[in-house]
Amino acid sequence: MSELDNFRQEVKDWLKENCPSSMQNGADPKTPVDEVWGGRKAVYKNPDSKIWLERMGSKGWTMPTVSKEYGGGGLSKDEVKILNEEMFMIGAKAPLLSFGIWMLAPVLLEYGTEEQKKEHLPKIIKGEIRWCQGYSEPGSGSDLASLATKAEDMGDHFLVNGQKVWTSYADKADWIFALVRTGPKEPKHDGISFLLIDMETPGVSTKPITLISGKSPFCETFFDNVKASKDNLIGELNAGWAIAKALLQHERAFISNFGLAAAMGSGKDLVSIAKKHVGEENGKISNSFYRSEIATHKIKEHAFGLTLKRAGDEGGKASATASMFKLYGTEHNKKRHELMVSAMGVDGVAWDGDEFDKEDKDLTRAWLRTKGNSLEGGTSEVQLNVISKRVLGLPS
Amino acid sequence: MKLVLSEEQQFLKDTAKNFAAERTPVNHFRSLRDNADPVLWDKDIWQEMVALGWSGILIPEDFGGSNFGIAGISVILQECAKTLTPSPLFATAVLGAYAITQFGTKKQKEKYLPQIVNGKITTAVAVDESSHHNPINSEMKASIKDDKYVLEGKKTFVVDGASADLLIVLVRTSGNPGDETGLSLFIVDSNEEGISKIKLDMADSRNYANIIFSNVSVSKDQLLGDAESGGETIERILDIGRIAMSAEMLGNAEAAFETTLEYLKQRKQFGVLIGTFQALQHRAAEMFCELELTKSSVMAAMHGADENSNELQRLASLAKTIAGETLHLVSNEAIQMHGGIGVTDEYDVGFFLKRSRVAEQIFGSSKFHTERYANLSGF
Repeated sequence: MSELDNFRQEVKDWLKENCPSSMQNGADPKTPVDEVWGGRKAVYKNPDSKIWLERMGSKGWTMPTVSKEYGGGGLSKDEVKILNEEMFMIGAKAPLLSFGIWMLAPVLLEYGTEEQKKEHLPKIIKGEIRWCQGYSEPGSGSDLASLATKAEDMGDHFLVNGQKVWTSYADKADWIFALVRTGPKEPKHDGISFLLIDMETPGVSTKPITLISGKSPFCETFFDNVKASKDNLIGELNAGWAIAKALLQHERAFISNFGLAAAMGSGKDLVSIAKKHVGEENGKISNSFYRSEIATHKIKEHAFGLTLKRAGDEGGKASATASMFKLYGTEHNKKRHELMVSAMGVDGVAWDGDEFDKEDKDLTRAWLRTKGNSLEGGTSEVQLNVISKRVLGLPS
Repeated sequence: MKLVLSEEQQFLKDTAKNFAAERTPVNHFRSLRDNADPVLWDKDIWQEMVALGWSGILIPEDFGGSNFGIAGISVILQECAKTLTPSPLFATAVLGAYAITQFGTKKQKEKYLPQIVNGKITTAVAVDESSHHNPINSEMKASIKDDKYVLEGKKTFVVDGASADLLIVLVRTSGNPGDETGLSLFIVDSNEEGISKIKLDMADSRNYANIIFSNVSVSKDQLLGDAESGGETIERILDIGRIAMSAEMLGNAEAAFETTLEYLKQRKQFGVLIGTFQALQHRAAEMFCELELTKSSVMAAMHGADENSNELQRLASLAKTIAGETLHLVSNEAIQMHGGIGVTDEYDVGFFLKRSRVAEQIFGSSKFHTERYANLSGF
């Protein structure tokens, strides 16, 4: 047997031993399902969720390519492929959802010191610390670099004052990675630093934001004379903008993949919704206007899926096209929800009460939530700016 | 299926790119048009393409070809389309070569394929009979008389039909227009008695004809594939043609976009480059994205054809729809962003608009293929 065959066998055996049955395909549908984000405040409806996270975390398999010294799995690309395949075979649930993994860890690996990597990566990988992102401010949305939250150098620490907004899950997170102004006199891009702050530090407070969908994971986060250790400055002082942009690339790639995964994996299939609610004749959606609009959209999504695949097959060119994927992933997701809601008629705009199915009411809210997709992580217009300037080289 | 080009395909693409730049810049097409060339492609240029082996890309080595596949010929078409290079590549090296290689008898292959490879003959496929592509609506009849078939009827909008030596004709041997069954294909010498070609002047100044068959007698061994199996056979040939045409349209769109992008970086108004205007930047960025989607769709379709994908029909309709919509968008925007010079005959960008609208009609418009995609997807 080759080494990879051996590895496959090891993975099979390990999963058999360690993946709880309620975390696999064929789990009892009555078992409560957790969306596992880990962290100090985590609560689990199903104790197996916690066990599964701990086991995967201690193997480092939540970030399998990261080296073992930082708590990762230390696996090669081929081994990761095998791990994914074997997990897919048994329908293993993702053990951990994490902004730490998706956004912070990649920049820590690139910009962090040895001490910072050893301090933070293992806790991200094990899901012990849940992270949130402190970027936007009330006065700094698309013009992120105008941010005003300031961190003053007090000799042995920074003193942070200001406000962040659209902080996803700030009320549940343990730490925040934040952009702060450390150089008030420098040009705006050259006075920003990338700072990690413990949310339990005195002076940090959060307040949830209600969205048009009725609820949301977003918060406002306030810093009132918050002391932050200098050890938690990532990269050089005033050199945070490059890190901020690198992280945005990771975030955009994540958001577009998420949109597509939602489309592919969603039980809510546009075609079956249209057939059910609009009607069906000889296997065709009976209203030709709906049918034509849906077909046009399906073709676009098909082409977009192929484009994601091509980017993967070409390898390594993701950064140039991350903006395109963010733009199309989110715009398609919005369009798909518009079409679903429209095809459902009155049921598609149900809000509350017993006269409507839960599924219908959930879809209404999901549709409203998609309106934020093309705003968060850089608006669609910002993506178009990035493409025209950085990809097409159009002048400023 | 990996959505990348093999080394061999990349080599063919690079060769074609150099060829188009050196031998057939857009002025080559312009002078054929200005001189009202009867064939609208250049015989010497075609022989140069033949010498490069392009006529035999889809033909097996046994008959002198290279068997480099649909992806191989598609990337050549894509590059040649960037300078609007007119040639028999599409109708002969794709359609004729594919049809006879895949469905011809041993005798037919031995007779025709070496002549295609050597550039001795060109071919055309005659399918449509009305202003909208729809093969199963074929009405033209072939009736049996004394152990022979007699062809009677008219075919329209035949690509390269004005000059092709050999015609592959879709006819009805039974049933009625609209029936999926009862169709057959014949290989017919275009100089056969009773055949008359009426050259068409289309907006893109390329070679098309309507062809009238009046009491044309053909023998049974001129059937391509079995009698009455023409419906399925032609769909396969058409799908390959649709994929190749999509690649060509992608090349058209890439070139029109490239020219426009350069213009945005040169042209000044109000004392600044017009490329600094966000109203134009965003539209350029959208075109870039649409082109990326088109590249992926064409790539998936051409590899799907070479790998005999069971998704081939859907991929062909996907590619033709996306390529059609993208070229439509880009050719319109190219004109608008060029301003006044964009609508002058002297400037090349108008050629891309004219080519776009004719190419959209070849083997089914985006509307035709969106509907077909929906049917194939089960809704």
